Amino acid sequence: METFLEEVNKKIHGVPLQACYHCRKCTAGCPTAAHMEYNPNKVIKMIQNGQKEKVLASSTIWLCLSCETCITRCPNQVDIARMMDVLRQMALEEGRGAREKNILKFHEAFLAGIKRGGRINEPMMMAQYKLTSGDLFSDVTLAPGMFLKGKLSLLSPRTKDMKSVKNIFEKTKSI
Amino acid sequence: MKVSYYPGCSLHATGKEYDQSMKAVSRALNIELKEVEDWSCCGASSAHSTNFDLSIALSARNLIAAEKNAMDVMVPCAACFNRFKMAEHHLKADKDLKAKIEGVVGAKYQGGIAIRNPIDIIFNEIGLDTLAAKVVKPLAGLKPVSYYGCLLLRPPEVCEFENYENPFMLDKMMDVIGADVKNWSYKTDCCGGSLAISKTSIVIDMCDKLMSAAMEAGANCVVTACPLCMANLDMRPSSGLKLPVFYFTELISLAMGLPGSAETFKSHMFDPQPLMRQLRLI
Repeated sequence: METFLEEVNKKIHGVPLQACYHCRKCTAGCPTAAHMEYNPNKVIKMIQNGQKEKVLASSTIWLCLSCETCITRCPNQVDIARMMDVLRQMALEEGRGAREKNILKFHEAFLAGIKRGGRINEPMMMAQYKLTSGDLFSDVTLAPGMFLKGKLSLLSPRTKDMKSVKNIFEKTKSI
Repeated sequence: MKVSYYPGCSLHATGKEYDQSMKAVSRALNIELKEVEDWSCCGASSAHSTNFDLSIALSARNLIAAEKNAMDVMVPCAACFNRFKMAEHHLKADKDLKAKIEGVVGAKYQGGIAIRNPIDIIFNEIGLDTLAAKVVKPLAGLKPVSYYGCLLLRPPEVCEFENYENPFMLDKMMDVIGADVKNWSYKTDCCGGSLAISKTSIVIDMCDKLMSAAMEAGANCVVTACPLCMANLDMRPSSGLKLPVFYFTELISLAMGLPGSAETFKSHMFDPQPLMRQLRLI
């Protein structure tokens, strides 16, 4: 049977995680490490140890901002940002959901927006996020000013060939 | 020169000042823009955070559409630029993936056009000398720090941006238009990007740190090339830590004396007009 490490390496499809010698440069440069339960290099260690349950149920994988500082500075070109994407996708495909529920709700609202019009209509996307996350009152003071300044518009041009966009979602079996 | 233009979703909404000033500056610098036909969203963070194939396919759909114009494509939004470069990188490196994605999109990807950010086009194609010759109103008194953020630069082997830990293209452009650019160590730090809405407290902390550092460097404003950085720095810092934030194209437009330059300042959430009036720049 494939180990967790082998599974993740296959999906990263690049430098294997065994190349990490835990110099912690990734963690030192990570802007959200302070908010994570496991630091980026610790996640690599946990994958090496086969701690799949803990890794996929962690908040860490959802708090990664994909700022790519880790891969930029890694002396062994271990693609930690890609690793985080792989772990998030694994958690979703295995039906585990996300420890950081609102972050996933935001991604879902964003993708639903693309599926709906090909392009993001921010008020519609925010409405869906707020209704599904229950996070109704954050940013309500910003919205009126943004409408007045023309930064938010209920009607924005959409992609015409929506069939091609919908096909992409169907064929990639996306949420 | 003539290029394809991919505005992306932000430039039609929260980042409309970038779109307006980009078009004005391009016209004045003889860069002809032809919008990519029937473009769709690049997928941004949400696609690659949840489904790799989706993220590549959404970007590939637009790259294939841009290839019809047979010209390099200018992508002002740092996030769209990053996703396009990433898709190009994977499609060129992995034949099996390319075949799979072409099946998903229903069209062939040639990979024959360059994906370019306007910083690179203005700096490397137009040149600082041409820009300098068109300055009619040097921005004396304006003290920006240049803020590049993450997505233009990283990962370096994908984005192919020079000096990715200490970039200087924006700094030099600001210098040429008469601003007194301040040096700082946070040029390429992250603003919090897509977590602004779903994890706001973290993003406020990150923006506060950036703005404190900008103030410590003696800056009276921040200049950026990314609509996500703009949105976060313009709206998220705590009171007492706010500074006006500009797209670099807004400042170039003002220095070139282009009509309507000051109009875009009106739609910033943190009003830059008092500073600009005080410096007699508007």
